[in-house]
Amino acid sequence: MIRFALPLTIFVLMIGLLAYGLRLDPKRVPSPLIDKPAPAFSLSMLEDPSRKLSTADFAGQVWVLNVWASWCVSCRAEHEVIKMLARQNLVIIVGLNYKDQPADASRWLDTYGNPYAASVVDGDGRVGIDWGVYGVPETFVIGADGRIKYKHIGPVTEESLQQKVLPVIKELLG
Amino acid sequence: MKSILLALLLSFFCLSSQAAIETYEFDSPKMEADYKHLVEELRCLVCQNQNLAGSDAALAQDLRRETYEMLQQGKTPDQVIDFMVARYGEFVLYRPRFESTTYLLWLGPFLLLLAALVYVVRRLRAAGKPVDVDADRLAEARQLLERDETRQ
Repeated sequence: MIRFALPLTIFVLMIGLLAYGLRLDPKRVPSPLIDKPAPAFSLSMLEDPSRKLSTADFAGQVWVLNVWASWCVSCRAEHEVIKMLARQNLVIIVGLNYKDQPADASRWLDTYGNPYAASVVDGDGRVGIDWGVYGVPETFVIGADGRIKYKHIGPVTEESLQQKVLPVIKELLG
Repeated sequence: MKSILLALLLSFFCLSSQAAIETYEFDSPKMEADYKHLVEELRCLVCQNQNLAGSDAALAQDLRRETYEMLQQGKTPDQVIDFMVARYGEFVLYRPRFESTTYLLWLGPFLLLLAALVYVVRRLRAAGKPVDVDADRLAEARQLLERDETRQ
């Protein structure tokens, strides 16, 4: 009996491990920035390029940074959900317009609606690199202490808004 | 003749499998070597099984530019790697660092090898040892065998 028990146990453990591995999404790279201070930026606003907006402007409050672009197809799918979040009036949502043409970006907002308190222009994607952005759209929740509390990679769906993003925001707001 | 020409022509298309299209000028051969080494070693986050050198993704281009500029500013390759890891995590390294979260990754194969060796050595020792059998039962077995033979 023991002769079979040991190989069988090893086999079952292996299967379990492999099944777990199959369920992981390799596209989801955990961000090292969670609980780290949000990388500072000072960028001009999409609406008014002469004005600048920086991370310091949001010090002491909970805010959301949503990385988007007019060329990004899944951003359009996500847009309704971001508008849903904006309607709740819980937090400021800042748009990071990533590697886009300002004219295209403005037209995109005019067409699909603008849920952002403001959008800032990251034309060459440098701020994106600082924030570890690798797949637009991405959404960050930043706490009142200026630290990144949550990062969502890819489009936020209604489900992930309700189950992940909103609980984080509500907990931060206390 | 025709086929030789065709083969020659086709061979031009496989000269470069690298997607790096930007041309960078380096101050020194060492810097160029550092750059080449870094873009080979760093992993692209968009096309996850390609390195920065081989990826044509926009982000890979940006990260190559970032790598180049950091080297031009006199940063060391280690500083470039720290920069990338701080933003994208250990994932960007094809050779993860040896630290608490990667002990199992680095040591795992050796542990398995050790376990297998211990197992094999024990099996071999067990095989070499005389089998411990009760003397009475051995005598009984011998008797049975002998009886069998006399019957034939």
